[in-house]
Amino acid sequence: MATSGKSETARPAAAHHEGGSRRDFIFLAGGAVGAFAVGAAVWPLIDSLNPAADTLAEATTEVDLNPIKEGQAVTVKWRGSPVFIRHRSKAVAEKAQSVPLADLRDPETDEQRFGAWPREQWLVVVGVCTHLGCIPLGQNPSDNRGEYGGWFCPCHGSQFDTSGRIRKGPAPTNLPVPPYTITKDNKLIIGQEQEKKPTA
Amino acid sequence: MSTPAAHGQSQNRTVKWINDRLPIFTFADHFQDYPAPRNLNYWWNFGSLAGLVLMIMIATGIVLAMHYTPNSELAFDSVERIMRDVNYGWLLRYVHMNGASMFFIVVYIHIFRGFYFGSYKSPREVLWWLGVVILLLMMATAFMGYVLPWGQMSFWGAKVITNLFSAIPLVGTTITEWLWGGFTVGNPTLNRFFSLHYLLPFVILGVVVLHIWALHTVKSNNPLGVEMKGPQDSIPFHPYYTVKDYFGVGVFLLVFAAIVFFFPNFLGEPDNYIPADPLKTPPHIVPEWYFLPYYAILRSFTQDWWFFQIVFSWWGVSAKLAGVLAMFASILVLFVLPWLDTSKVRSGRFRPMFKWAILVFLLDCLLLGYLGAKPAAEPWVSISQWATLYYFVHFLVILPILSRIETPKPLPHSIAEAVLKGGGGAAAGATAKPMEKA
Amino acid sequence: MLKLARTFILGAGLCAAAATAALAAEGTSPPLKDGDWSFEGVFGTYDSAQLRRGFQVYQGVCSACHGLRQVSYRNLLQIGLSEAQAKQIAGEKTKKVIDDTGDVVDKPRGLADRFASPFPNDQAAKAANNGALPPDLSLITKARLGGPRYLYSLLIGYVSNEECTKAFKDFEGKPLKPADGQYCNAYFPGHILAMAPPITADGQVEYTGENAPKATVQQMAKDVSAFLMWAAEPKMEERKRLGIKVILFLLLLTGVLYGIYRKVWAGIKH
Repeated sequence: MATSGKSETARPAAAHHEGGSRRDFIFLAGGAVGAFAVGAAVWPLIDSLNPAADTLAEATTEVDLNPIKEGQAVTVKWRGSPVFIRHRSKAVAEKAQSVPLADLRDPETDEQRFGAWPREQWLVVVGVCTHLGCIPLGQNPSDNRGEYGGWFCPCHGSQFDTSGRIRKGPAPTNLPVPPYTITKDNKLIIGQEQEKKPTA
Repeated sequence: MSTPAAHGQSQNRTVKWINDRLPIFTFADHFQDYPAPRNLNYWWNFGSLAGLVLMIMIATGIVLAMHYTPNSELAFDSVERIMRDVNYGWLLRYVHMNGASMFFIVVYIHIFRGFYFGSYKSPREVLWWLGVVILLLMMATAFMGYVLPWGQMSFWGAKVITNLFSAIPLVGTTITEWLWGGFTVGNPTLNRFFSLHYLLPFVILGVVVLHIWALHTVKSNNPLGVEMKGPQDSIPFHPYYTVKDYFGVGVFLLVFAAIVFFFPNFLGEPDNYIPADPLKTPPHIVPEWYFLPYYAILRSFTQDWWFFQIVFSWWGVSAKLAGVLAMFASILVLFVLPWLDTSKVRSGRFRPMFKWAILVFLLDCLLLGYLGAKPAAEPWVSISQWATLYYFVHFLVILPILSRIETPKPLPHSIAEAVLKGGGGAAAGATAKPMEKA
Repeated sequence: MLKLARTFILGAGLCAAAATAALAAEGTSPPLKDGDWSFEGVFGTYDSAQLRRGFQVYQGVCSACHGLRQVSYRNLLQIGLSEAQAKQIAGEKTKKVIDDTGDVVDKPRGLADRFASPFPNDQAAKAANNGALPPDLSLITKARLGGPRYLYSLLIGYVSNEECTKAFKDFEGKPLKPADGQYCNAYFPGHILAMAPPITADGQVEYTGENAPKATVQQMAKDVSAFLMWAAEPKMEERKRLGIKVILFLLLLTGVLYGIYRKVWAGIKH
């Protein structure tokens, strides 16, 4: 391309215009094809860093909910991250539902998150702080649960309520609700979406 | 050690034959004859020291990599095996581990030398940029290296820092999963960090070559900040500064050895001797000391900080994203430093107000470092917010204003004039050009 | 020379200040107790008789719940056990191997093997300990702030439940009340832990040998802390020995380099 520039300036102006535009086009086309080739060659390198097939295959986790009594909390591992499950009493769930949206940083009703009774008694959230990925405390009865009775992140002090919603501290969003299904025999399948309607 | 006849013009036919085809001898001569200001003080030792530490890190790192296993199941135990069973493994590991800290100590002093003596000013802007690029590469390398032992702090440090990218709107999650190679930090992450941790030091080496190239093009700054004007202002780098550098190396190695042999874990975190547990966050996640100031800046952005609300929140940036941006900006601002400080005078010695500004700035950096290790609670949050603000005010407000309002002290006309006038050494003007070759 | 030393010390000091400040900023526990160990200080070395006593305490008290998986049985020779003794200790534990017919069988461990952990995996360890995981002790002195001093203080720092309620508060400021299966310790972060006081009575482990001290609770705690310091940092003596040589050599080298520097620069004004 550099040599073409030189020869172009040496040519008479009229010829330059016609020949130049044809040449410009072919160089442009050449450049585009070349760029595509480089992009296509680099893409496998970039994409190879994305989660591999075996990693993606660990997509669902099953939990039997029957032994978890009201008020109890368990933590299970889903896709390498902890998922918090809490068996909420009706009072706790109703309290979470009654919080006005105006009080929330990331406005979401409890019902939008977990559905209606009896599904709402099961709180299922990914237990990874949305600030910088620490695991909030609150699953053990002796843990500090923060001012809102949910979870307290020890790293930077984020506090979550009994719906897993951010109420105080640096985290920008609520603890995410993973896609999950509760089957008729009270089995929880995390990683599989279900209509958030009453199961009964 | 007097300079032998320059090889570039050597009569030796073999030397000449090679030199005509690849002028490596001419190149080597350049280093011998490189004229350096005659008044460089000990603060100028830290550049060569940084080069030395880089070499030590590469040498120990290559050998350590021969014993280390980059697998999340095996990494921790393979490091312990190095510490216990490999011949001199404990020495290599402690040198490499503390070498990272020494590297940052040396480089931070080197940078503050540049701040105080105005080494970033014209014509040294590109030299300065290359230095900032080296700092960024060092930070990336150190961060990934710290992950490799796969202790609790390795894992959670990696998690917190990689999670910074999730602050990017829209594509944040895609980017973090791409970085991790999974849904969280795990074995794929460890593997790629190992690969990059091995690669980046050689990239650093390449940029260091450019850094020295630029240095040898524009020549060293000096404590007076007055350019060399003639041979009376300079002395050859070799032997004068080579012997001075060697002496500095001796003192540096004494400090380094004292830490490696007698306090090898002083700068480390006990938690990193606990194997990584993805389901248990340590009570305090603290980065290595050399990242603490940036960490303090990152954390100072909270949703209810007035500054955040005024500057960021109205255009929809979350506090998290603002913190990440500020953290990166704290380094990137160095790229434009040559145009923020527009004073014609380089050296802080002749700038009565700048002198104080740079001292307060140094204290602010140390304060940020202190705060970075504190839990995210009051009063530390408020203090770090003011300290963060001051960090940027120093660069963006104080330096530009100072450059305008300050009256510098009169500069000496030349290095030689200042050197020969001051100080009551026995040697007088006649000895001003000893050992200088024609 | 002084000027350079000052430059270094200033720089290193400023940087270290931040790190020290970070380390100093912890918790509400009383100051740690020191065990007056022989390995402390720049010239300190391990007292092998103490390490052997500490090993006895580990074997008799800790090893039921806590592993030592980074340490090999052959390492016991370093603290003065005979080969026969070490072999015998190793042989009491087994490991799974595959025999010629492809069956998984138990085989006694040998000197080359690492210490057997008391539980096959973390889940089993948790299940056997009320959900609490007894940590592996190979690196415990390096993995806790205060190291052997912390360990020693913890072992002798248990307090009764009444005292606990009086002395310590939880994060909400309410007095601490250990539940069933929980214990209170002045030095444990948060003060409530799942480990029962392990060393409770004088003579719990029988110290033999001529100059063996009386096996008081304090002595046993001190000895086992020393042993675990060795287990975490077995190369400490080698490190310090080499360190002294290196420092002496570097002092000489730096002195010579300073001499050369002065000689080359003699008469040059700078």
